[in-house]
Amino acid sequence: MANEISIRITGEAGQGTQTIGDALSQVFKSAGYHLFAYQDFMSRIRGGNNFFEIRVSIKPVHSPRHKPDIIICLDKSSVDIQKKDLAIDGILVVDKTKFGMAGLEESMYDVAFNEIALRVANDTLYSNSIACGLIAGIVGLDFTFVTQGIQEVFSHKSKEIIQNNVNSARAGFELGLANPHKEMFLLPTVGKDRLAAVPGVILLDGSTAIALGAIKAGCKFYTAYPMSPSTNIMNIVAGRAAVEHIVVEQAEDEIAAVNMAIGASFAGSRAMTSTSGGGFCLMVEGLSLAAMTETPLVMVDAQRPGPATGFPTRTEQADLDFVISAGHGEFARVVYSPGSAQQAYFITIKAFNIAEKYQIPVLILTDQHLQDSITDIPALDQGTAAIERFIISKEESANITSYKRYALTDSGISPRAIPSWIQDVMYVDSDEHDESGHITEDAAMRKQMVQKRLHKKLHGLLNELEQPTSFNIDDAQVILLGFGSTLGILQEAAQALEKRKVGFVHLSQVWPFPSDEMLKLLSNARMIISIENNAQGQLARLLRRETGIKVSKSILKYDGRPFDVDSVIEIIKPEL
Amino acid sequence: MEMNDFKSSDPIAWCSRCGNFGILTSLKGALVKLGKQPKDILLVSGIGQAAKMPHYVKANCFNGLHGRALPAAFGAKTANKDLTVVVTTGDGDCYGEGGNHLIHNIRRNPDITVIVCDNQIYALTKGQASPTTDEGIVTKVQTEGVILEHLSPLSLALAVGAGFVARGFSQETDHLADLILSGINYKGFALIDVLQPCVTFNKKNTYEWYSQRVYKLDASYKSTDLSIAFQKSLEWGDRIPIGILYNVSKPTYEQKAGP
Repeated sequence: MANEISIRITGEAGQGTQTIGDALSQVFKSAGYHLFAYQDFMSRIRGGNNFFEIRVSIKPVHSPRHKPDIIICLDKSSVDIQKKDLAIDGILVVDKTKFGMAGLEESMYDVAFNEIALRVANDTLYSNSIACGLIAGIVGLDFTFVTQGIQEVFSHKSKEIIQNNVNSARAGFELGLANPHKEMFLLPTVGKDRLAAVPGVILLDGSTAIALGAIKAGCKFYTAYPMSPSTNIMNIVAGRAAVEHIVVEQAEDEIAAVNMAIGASFAGSRAMTSTSGGGFCLMVEGLSLAAMTETPLVMVDAQRPGPATGFPTRTEQADLDFVISAGHGEFARVVYSPGSAQQAYFITIKAFNIAEKYQIPVLILTDQHLQDSITDIPALDQGTAAIERFIISKEESANITSYKRYALTDSGISPRAIPSWIQDVMYVDSDEHDESGHITEDAAMRKQMVQKRLHKKLHGLLNELEQPTSFNIDDAQVILLGFGSTLGILQEAAQALEKRKVGFVHLSQVWPFPSDEMLKLLSNARMIISIENNAQGQLARLLRRETGIKVSKSILKYDGRPFDVDSVIEIIKPEL
Repeated sequence: MEMNDFKSSDPIAWCSRCGNFGILTSLKGALVKLGKQPKDILLVSGIGQAAKMPHYVKANCFNGLHGRALPAAFGAKTANKDLTVVVTTGDGDCYGEGGNHLIHNIRRNPDITVIVCDNQIYALTKGQASPTTDEGIVTKVQTEGVILEHLSPLSLALAVGAGFVARGFSQETDHLADLILSGINYKGFALIDVLQPCVTFNKKNTYEWYSQRVYKLDASYKSTDLSIAFQKSLEWGDRIPIGILYNVSKPTYEQKAGP
């Protein structure tokens, strides 16, 4: 009996790999297991080969494994594409009749999905629920959890459709119970305490986390141009826009998106825009505008591999250098790099507060892997995150008859009024300006304004740093280093090698760089290995530039796919 | 309200006799008649000579990026409905760099007024061709004369679905003030293209050139007929119509987007 299992559901785009994956995730969550699910898909709506992989365990899990134990193939070509990835002793579930296969290899397990679906529910569409039930049977779950999971996923469907899905899952479940490989894949039963905690557990992916964080933070204006892998954030915000009174506008291009958001923020709304690297390129001029006009702005760059169009639906961490220095001119910005969906939620809320407190652009750097990966976490405590606007209140504004938008202060932060709330007017300009916001070419004023926007604000921001997370670094033989979506890999690799003195340091804020803390954490390190989804070790270079600390080695992956924990451990082992 | 209520302390950086002075006078005149407080008015601009105009009026000012006045204005209006939003832009800013935003903000139909100070030349960058420069005009860049076809902005706006389309002439300040006031009072996207002599870089389309050609649409003109408006929008040469070419009611972005 293993403590965990990885299941990959694979087929053409449009065959429902995600539907099965979502249902299975709900089923395992209901049964009290921890899970990590990620998606690998092609940039097409139909055809090709996609997969949804779900890793289930009695312990919390945060990253993909190297090889899945069970692969469910929904079409014939998946068999040939995915066979090589199967774990030793794993099984490849196929529909021999449907695929027209002459014989079966030893690892293959034939399930007549189509035939059963037609028999039980009179529609081959229900193959997906059969697959879901089958897995539940193979790992030895109680069928009640399957019913719960299906009801949750199909809650918006008719009673008849839900019943057909449950019946189909039941047929798959019976097959799973009787399967010849049963002993191999049984999961340990979940303890009573954990089961009792299930109602307080939610499944969360990076896109939903950022969307919910934005809504929680009081974002009232959201605009974007669709671009994978950022689009889901907009979809989720749009789905709740009416209830939450949020304006969601699909812009004609990313330039419009960022300028609309800046206009809305200037006029009083919390505003946000999101994109991927290519769209961020178009937004850069706007980033500079937000900085110059001192207009709060939250931007998301959900990275995908570039340059240019690159891999639209895959993952990379190669925009780090770009986002920390994007924009002409010099100004203060913050760049966060959340490592998990949970971090992404809280960091998004913080991003809005920091953007308004310092009147600067704040970026959230994420990637396809984080956006589309699902984990179980305790329900987000809605009470813990406070909204702070840092603007002159409406009441106070009523008495203001003389106002300078860019009044010089020690902190570099001018009291921010909202136009029409105060009795005076305000001038805001992208040209260099004086305290009143009028255009100036005065050398002394220029210098003061640069110091205001750059030095003074940066000084304050150093007190607001999201400090790095560290684990097992005292007396460590090796310290793993990463930012953003590799947090799960760092955690699991370090935990697996904890006794061999492996620790990790993870940055969820990459700019301003937390240099003092990094020096404390890493100055005495024997060996630092950076783990990055890019080709140059951009974080390692940034660390050296900001602290002088050199890493010994970088484990770099730039094939558009995320790391798996097994492969990373194998690369680290020879260093111990 | 009086003209003085909209007087800004910022010194004006235009050439003397610049066509923009007439537009500035008309804009202030329209704001006086509108009767709103300066604090409830927002002037948005991009980059160019016309984009400096908000500084010369006592009202809120957002002077953003070249070509990007419209998205910023849309965002501001949507976020703060108390603001009367007027964009002052130019032919390069609005029809060149910001062309895409013009098309799509007409489709959005936010309740904003867009005054295009159309001097048919790039003035701030010292005299290159703009989308509305007449064919054949020689510049430092277009050394053999402009070979691109002259853009007809009012036809473009009508084709995309604008509900309020007008043309003014910067010398006809009272007429223009009325146009601007009508544009502000119109519920939705109002486009006012203003013929504006550039005394430094456009030696063809001068005060005299425009004065000889412009004529006012009179009371007999029917501004609710799209095909007539199209014909008028294309009238360019010996006679150039000024006035409201098209004025029909359309649901605004705010109305369409709901509460």
